Amino acid sequence: MIEYIAIIITAIFVNNIVFAQFLGICPFIGVSKNLDSAIGMGAAVTFVMAVATCVTWILQYFVLVPLGLAYIQTILFILVIAVLVQMLEIIIRKISPSLYAALGVFLPLITTNCAVLGVAIIVTQKDFSLLQSIVYAVSTAIGFTMALTIFAGIRTQLALYDIPRPMRGVPAALLVAGLLAMAFMGFSGIKIG
Amino acid sequence: MKALNIIYNGLVKQNPTFVLILGMCPTLGTTSSALTGLSMGLATLFVLICSNVAISALKNFVPDKVRIPAFIIIIASFVTVLQMVMQAWLPALYGALGIFIPLIVVNCILLGRAESFASKNGVIASACDGIGIGLGFTCALTVIGALREFLGTGCIFGAHIYPESYGSLLFVLAPGAFIVLGFLIAIFNRLTNKA
Amino acid sequence: MKSTLGNMILSLGCISAAVGAILAGVNLLTAGPIEESARAASVEAVASVLPPFDNDPQAQAINIDGCEIYPASLNGQAAGAAVKVSTMDGFSGLITLMVGFDTSGCITGYSILEQAETPGLGAKAQEWFRDSTGHRSIIGSTAPLKVAKDGGEIDGITAATITSRAVLNAVNHAREAFNQYNSQS
Repeated sequence: MIEYIAIIITAIFVNNIVFAQFLGICPFIGVSKNLDSAIGMGAAVTFVMAVATCVTWILQYFVLVPLGLAYIQTILFILVIAVLVQMLEIIIRKISPSLYAALGVFLPLITTNCAVLGVAIIVTQKDFSLLQSIVYAVSTAIGFTMALTIFAGIRTQLALYDIPRPMRGVPAALLVAGLLAMAFMGFSGIKIG
Repeated sequence: MKALNIIYNGLVKQNPTFVLILGMCPTLGTTSSALTGLSMGLATLFVLICSNVAISALKNFVPDKVRIPAFIIIIASFVTVLQMVMQAWLPALYGALGIFIPLIVVNCILLGRAESFASKNGVIASACDGIGIGLGFTCALTVIGALREFLGTGCIFGAHIYPESYGSLLFVLAPGAFIVLGFLIAIFNRLTNKA
Repeated sequence: MKSTLGNMILSLGCISAAVGAILAGVNLLTAGPIEESARAASVEAVASVLPPFDNDPQAQAINIDGCEIYPASLNGQAAGAAVKVSTMDGFSGLITLMVGFDTSGCITGYSILEQAETPGLGAKAQEWFRDSTGHRSIIGSTAPLKVAKDGGEIDGITAATITSRAVLNAVNHAREAFNQYNSQS
């Protein structure tokens, strides 16, 4: 039990996917202009990351490793994620139009979100079990959503200020991200269990 | 002349890091020193040239609807080749860049260039575009890496410029990546008078 | 090019087949060197922490108490062993190190194989505990170690107590495993 709590706390705070591992930066900068889209993106990523990690884990340990094909991991994983995102889009549209209305626009963007592929590869490098992998994927995605929401909140405020022209937009956003990363560094060194 | 133009375009006018703001993850994640930044840039340059050439050569044989999956397969296979070659002959560097090597696959720069340039132009022009954009990316990563290393540890490429104890470790750590990149983009904006 | 089901399947099939063939070829070419370089790194780590030996410690490696033990011998005489040990107690989690012991349990050397500690501070551990200044060195010690802050005799790395504590605890763990191995043989 304590082991799972350690995975959750580490993935959300200590090794936050955005601020400590630098994954998923593109949507982080691109989609964080207002709170609603930040939460929508976060939910879509959580969903895809959990499903993708589960599927790629099973493929890795029941297909690639027994066949000695571990070297095609990268190529297989990215294809699986691309197909999965397409399938999820179709399924969600069929069974829940309201969910589709909320998440639909974000789904195509997720294929090239490196956090999804990143997590799928990281869990195989860490030798996690299937359950550990899913817990890790979900908590990483929660960490991502949290980073996105905090950042969107700050950016809506930032838009109201008179910033020197060359600093407007991305540069100012990056400086804010730097300060947030500094705050998140306060979590490092936490000991669980 | 045209070739030089394409390269200049990629290097400055459409610099992937400072102008297009693409491929942020490796830009932030692998620039804790000038050497790792340079290596990451060169790794991306290699994949970009190969995939641009392959895609422009194959563009007439790939039906439109399966264009994107075909591009992804081509890019991913060059990344896998790079992974295996680095693991075999440059294991230390492979360890230092870690997960960012397989993640070249999802670097928006590659799919972006495949879609917007290589699938519309000839092989030679696409190769030049790969060189230009790739060099632009490499230069940006090396500059960021060198700055962070200089401010953080007083070295550039491992050569001491001033004593390490005067350096501010912050710049080698995660926040420094965001802050240095933010200021560099602002400076680039100012110099090119975009803003 | 216009898309029909036939040409879509054909073109993707051809690309996949070509890619598969190329990757299998490159894999065949690089599999040997990849294994070789991993082995060379391990051999080098063992050699760097032990006095001269003439056997192949990798071939006789055994696992005791979660540690890999690489026994060394010179002219048929036991010459101690290198112990590979990992700890999760570092400031950023995993630290892996190789510690060498001679037959009497004296530390002959150590080497940090893997760490993700704060850049600039964590890397110091590679040199710190062999530095003869003050009470830093652990080379030659025969007893369990503790940092000065915890009432021990070894000076920890300035501003990196957690890292120092993790390294010394890992060394102690390696010693226990080595003692077990020593009493067995």
